[in-house]
Amino acid sequence: MKYIDEFRDGEVARSIAQAIAAEADPLRSYHIMEFCGGHTHAISRYGLEDLLPANVRMIHGPGCPVCVLPVGRIDAAIWLAGQEGVTLCTYGDMLRVPGSKRLSLLKAKAEGRDIRMVYSTLDALKLAQSMPERQVVFFAIGFETTTPPTAVAIKQAQALGITNFSVFCNHVLTPSAITQILDSPEVRDLGTVKLDAFIGPAHVSTIIGSRPYEYFAEEYQRPVVIAGFEPLDVMQAVRMLVRQINEGRFEVENEFSRAVTRDGNEKAKSLVAEMFELRRVFEWRGLGLVPYSALRLKEPYAAWDAERRWDVPQDSPPDNKACECGAILRGVKKPMDCKLFGTVCTPESPMGSCMVSAEGACAAHWTYGRFRDVEPEDSHA
Amino acid sequence: MTLPRRTHPRPLDIAHGRVDLTHGGGGRAMAQLVEELFVAAFDNEALNQRNDQAAFDVPGGRMVMTTDGYVISPLFFPGGDIGSLSVHGTVNDVAMAGARPISLSAGFIIEEGFPLADLARIVASMARASKEAGVPVVTGDTKVVEKGKGDGIFITTAGIGLVPPGVDIGGDKARPGDAILISGTMGDHGVAVMSQRESLGFETSIVSDSAALHTLVAAMVAAVPGIHVLRDPTRGGLAATLNEIATQAGVGMLIDETAVPVRPEVRGACELLGLDPLYVANEGKLICICAEADAERLLAVMRAHPLGANAARIGECRNDSHHFVQMKTGMGGMRVVDWLAGEQLPRIC
Repeated sequence: MKYIDEFRDGEVARSIAQAIAAEADPLRSYHIMEFCGGHTHAISRYGLEDLLPANVRMIHGPGCPVCVLPVGRIDAAIWLAGQEGVTLCTYGDMLRVPGSKRLSLLKAKAEGRDIRMVYSTLDALKLAQSMPERQVVFFAIGFETTTPPTAVAIKQAQALGITNFSVFCNHVLTPSAITQILDSPEVRDLGTVKLDAFIGPAHVSTIIGSRPYEYFAEEYQRPVVIAGFEPLDVMQAVRMLVRQINEGRFEVENEFSRAVTRDGNEKAKSLVAEMFELRRVFEWRGLGLVPYSALRLKEPYAAWDAERRWDVPQDSPPDNKACECGAILRGVKKPMDCKLFGTVCTPESPMGSCMVSAEGACAAHWTYGRFRDVEPEDSHA
Repeated sequence: MTLPRRTHPRPLDIAHGRVDLTHGGGGRAMAQLVEELFVAAFDNEALNQRNDQAAFDVPGGRMVMTTDGYVISPLFFPGGDIGSLSVHGTVNDVAMAGARPISLSAGFIIEEGFPLADLARIVASMARASKEAGVPVVTGDTKVVEKGKGDGIFITTAGIGLVPPGVDIGGDKARPGDAILISGTMGDHGVAVMSQRESLGFETSIVSDSAALHTLVAAMVAAVPGIHVLRDPTRGGLAATLNEIATQAGVGMLIDETAVPVRPEVRGACELLGLDPLYVANEGKLICICAEADAERLLAVMRAHPLGANAARIGECRNDSHHFVQMKTGMGGMRVVDWLAGEQLPRIC
């Protein structure tokens, strides 16, 4: 596959790995957080940790849109699906995320609620057109990447006069989450979480560009390298970060220059700016209440806002007490530190959100990396 | 006055007619459907006896029996349809014991309103697959359910077969040190089926690999009667099937990502859909686990058969009390190849 195979070349990976090993200072350690679930998945799926020296450690960040949605918002979606005449549409992964009382959209569907999996916002819009007697609500989630498609669907609904379509908006913002992590006591004061550098998001940055990261690279003195989701992208980003740390620089560098510019996608940004406004505060799983970290529709688009059309409950029930998703999302704990991991919480029956999406730190470790947790046996026969 | 020669004065209107509840009601309409469609298509001595069961002689020895339900959507896909699939799938399940398939049964559950033209097309395809495989459908059943109580048509086939003397194949027979072989490219069937889903809307040149594997198995068993395991990686793909065997046999496995053949088109489609080809279904491929000493010989036999041209050795079994299936990635790292969690896609077989 052209444009893909080039970024999965094992030979090149080994040569970058050698360069990292040569450049990494054996007298210090390097703690690099990959913000995005896409990177977490690539690291686990391709076994990249095996290619890094022992003093270069990856910390999985909160950039998995399914994982950061709090229980209350899942409950609200289930509540919406239970309203008279409502058909709720969402992306596949959301169906299995547990809400409170061990409910999930998948279980609500089995109980008879009309809940559909769609591949795009436009599929949800088409569904609304095909059944005018139903109210079709799109459960919109995700970072800056998925916000423009939601905006386009609403624009189309407006243009076509479709009134039985609305959006339950849960779009969140990457830079505010990174700032929240850097401001957390574990990182700032206690130093329990060592965080030397960030691999910046791939797809999110195609929209917002590299400029928004410049503030915290400077302010918090942490280098950032924006990288694509292919394994060689990740390896190259690690090498660039090791070099920045060695040289005492804290700049925003762009490894993903084949898709990301400094200013991003102006058209998408202006569409989002026209239609959405910042929420004063929004709850994130693991990060708690984060100021100005999420979007809602502006007043002129209120007709397509499910939260204005229905009196959606705004409760925030706590996570399962034993579930460590919160600490894992902040990089404070590892999946293995959670008592539920692999015992009662597995991808087949997730207790916490990190075990649901393939991009979640727990699911990625369970699915691809759990052999690392056991003593190696005499391997070959 | 002369009586009409036929029981049914007018033949079925296959071009425009639809299945209705009388076609499953046990009356004349059902008899006509069975006669003009099923018996006509499957035409064989046992079926032509017109009994509620088929009677036939079998040679002595160890028999195998299997059954499988087919609920695939869409019913027609590039490279096959529910009819051919229902023959290939069950023939393969028999063959994976190293057995020679002898005969099949077919049960049809049809939804009221289903076009007779589609039914005829499916039955014709089934009859063709059965004739090509040399495994007759000797008995069957037809039920019609009310509209809304089915999804067009569901087919269940059962098959019986005879295991040659000296052959003892089973999932529990894998041993540490055994070689793991596969007969060809992974993921063709699942991607071909998915490409036909309305909601996905992409075009591809990929066709399903749906095929009856018993002649390939016969050649393999003739060359090496002591094959340990044969299994077709259908639902859940290579990943699920290797995990099944690892658990059943109590071994671990190590496979090499770069050794697993995947067509570039399949790889591309999987990339687009966020799927892993290791988890995508196959309907015309097999996994073979054998003693290291037999591996090269078997590979040569497989590659000499049209259904095994792309056969490859992908890894080996190991001692591992956790029964992990591990993979060396193309990048040089290691990972687990886990069971599929949930469903990668609905109803592909």
